[in-house]
Amino acid sequence: MFLLLKYTLLYAVVLMLVALGGMFSERSGVINIALEGIMAIGGLAGIIVLVLFGGKMPAAALVLVSILASAIAGVLYSLLLGFSAITLKADQTIGGTALNMLATAAAVVIVKAYNNAAAGGNGSASSKLSYSNTEFIFNAGPLTYNIFLIIGVILLIVAYVFLYKTKYGLRLRSCGEHPQAADSVGINVYKWRYAGVMISGFLGGLGGFAYIVPSVSTWNFEVGVTGFGFLALAVMIFGQWKPFRIAGAAVFFAIFKSLANIADATFLSNLHLSKNIYDMMPFIASMIILAFTSKNSQAPKAEGIPYDKGAR
Amino acid sequence: MKNKKSRLNFSSGVTSVAASLICIIIGLLVGLVILYGINSENALDGFSRIIKGGFYLMPKGIGTVLSQTAPLIMTGLSVAFAFKTGLFNIGAAGQYTLGALGALYFALVLHMPWYVCLLAAMLFGAVWGAIPGIFKAYFNVNEVITAIMFNWIGLYAVNEIIYRGALGNMYDLKTTKTYSLRNVSPQSVIPDLGMNQLFKTKSTTIAIFIAIAAAIIIYIIINKTTFGYELKACGHNKEAARYAGINEKRNIVLSMTIAGALSGIGAGLYYLSGVAEWNPQVSTALPAMGFNGIPVALLALSNPIGVIFAALFVSHITVGGGYLPTKYFQPEIADVIIAVIIYLCAFVMLFKGVVINAVSGRKKKKAENDPTDNGADGKEADA
Repeated sequence: MFLLLKYTLLYAVVLMLVALGGMFSERSGVINIALEGIMAIGGLAGIIVLVLFGGKMPAAALVLVSILASAIAGVLYSLLLGFSAITLKADQTIGGTALNMLATAAAVVIVKAYNNAAAGGNGSASSKLSYSNTEFIFNAGPLTYNIFLIIGVILLIVAYVFLYKTKYGLRLRSCGEHPQAADSVGINVYKWRYAGVMISGFLGGLGGFAYIVPSVSTWNFEVGVTGFGFLALAVMIFGQWKPFRIAGAAVFFAIFKSLANIADATFLSNLHLSKNIYDMMPFIASMIILAFTSKNSQAPKAEGIPYDKGAR
Repeated sequence: MKNKKSRLNFSSGVTSVAASLICIIIGLLVGLVILYGINSENALDGFSRIIKGGFYLMPKGIGTVLSQTAPLIMTGLSVAFAFKTGLFNIGAAGQYTLGALGALYFALVLHMPWYVCLLAAMLFGAVWGAIPGIFKAYFNVNEVITAIMFNWIGLYAVNEIIYRGALGNMYDLKTTKTYSLRNVSPQSVIPDLGMNQLFKTKSTTIAIFIAIAAAIIIYIIINKTTFGYELKACGHNKEAARYAGINEKRNIVLSMTIAGALSGIGAGLYYLSGVAEWNPQVSTALPAMGFNGIPVALLALSNPIGVIFAALFVSHITVGGGYLPTKYFQPEIADVIIAVIIYLCAFVMLFKGVVINAVSGRKKKKAENDPTDNGADGKEADA
């Protein structure tokens, strides 16, 4: 049971962070299907910091720098989406898909090039990086926590306050509901959409790092983040684009996702289901839920539609 | 009036090709910069290998390009066909996976001749394609999300079925892959008509001709039939199509089903070539062939005939990437180039507008008023 709780917390924080990222982007009116790619890039940046500076910095500084690196990398990568979707008014789904493909390919090239250089250029072609993750994990009582749990709770509250209790949140939301009306009262729609996309890049990059680092100490970048970014999109829709509902939805999905990890060690092993079946579960669960919730979905009205000042 | 219209169409076709070429050139330049960044001494050598592609290693390379192009044309057609109905079929990878299962099941377990296996692959892919269509039409779930979810469900399901032998024994414990088609069921291998000897490969079959024939059939369906017209009408404006008496829900499901069938055939063409086996232990990532259908369709601006050339180009570059010396470079650089090209394709219609305005400055006003040239919406790209 503790094991289930451990993995549920681990995955719930990741799904929540990334889904909150998606929420900010979509609330400002930009569909961010590139979350998967942003996660991969964020995770890569954070892990590179760990590999390069691990043991050369005090633990606290290392944690801080690597987390910031992952978030900043996410922001920079999300600017590519903003540029195509907002400035150039391109199709947001296609641009996002391209960025997902680019992220995995670029991450593999970078990691392989690094490994090749580290091995003295002998043609080593491993797409894996190993690192130490002990600085991120601490024990309290019978459970193992990681630092992202605390960060996640803080960011959830910040996200709620920002979105609903400040004028900036209102401005951001108005750009996703009715950008023409927002423009008419002097809100710069392009600027706020960029803000939404960049916040989603920040949370997405952080989420990618939070997904990879606490659970394993070696990561193969060929798999990206194994569909977690897309799962986060389903969490966001199930959470109806609202922060606390997203948190609840994230916990729900995380339980399904955790079953695969604990299947061997617990009573579930008596069922003799293979890992493939458990791996399918979160996706099947999300499809069932989406089928029932999408009819009366409260998606931001203007999401996915590039804002054109001249349009009537 | 008629004369003017045809001239506009002609210039639109030329600028479409020009826009795609701009994307390709910029993508290749980015690749060159990356090669320089990784190893400046060998960058030009590496770049020339990518550019030469299959021609780098004659005649084997050309045979490899041809055998990879065939499934790529099919997945490209799959994406392009769905685009015509205003749907983004990112599920080609999952449909391709199911198609692989269909082909391998009919070949390895039932020992059917190759054309029956190909039909089975088509059927399996069609079922997997229909699902996102049904969700879109009747549950209002975005087809992109459904397709992505069912990509993963399909992958895990196929791995499970093949590994556990739920449909019959397909898994060879010795090689940790499915049984070799040539040993178990030689009648299921697509005939090669001596092309393997010609190109000194093992995988070059008549698949490429089947794929080209499929592209022509899809071209005729889209452009010359009532059904194709209805599909395009749904893509341009769903409400208007419904108002005109077109059953748009049925068309969404049908369009996705056909798209899935095309991806399924693609998998059949690949896994029935005689050298490809499915590895359920290693295949934890979705087949790239499915995702590469997206750049192919975008590069071709969803034109079925253009898909043939776009697929040739993409497999040319990918094969070229495989010839990079791994001592200095990574074959995935080819994937980066392709991804950059799709990113650019997302606003390719913008380039198109720029080119049109630049070429015919005095016709500018007309172009702005003409909805077909006012290309803010890349999805409904009409070549």
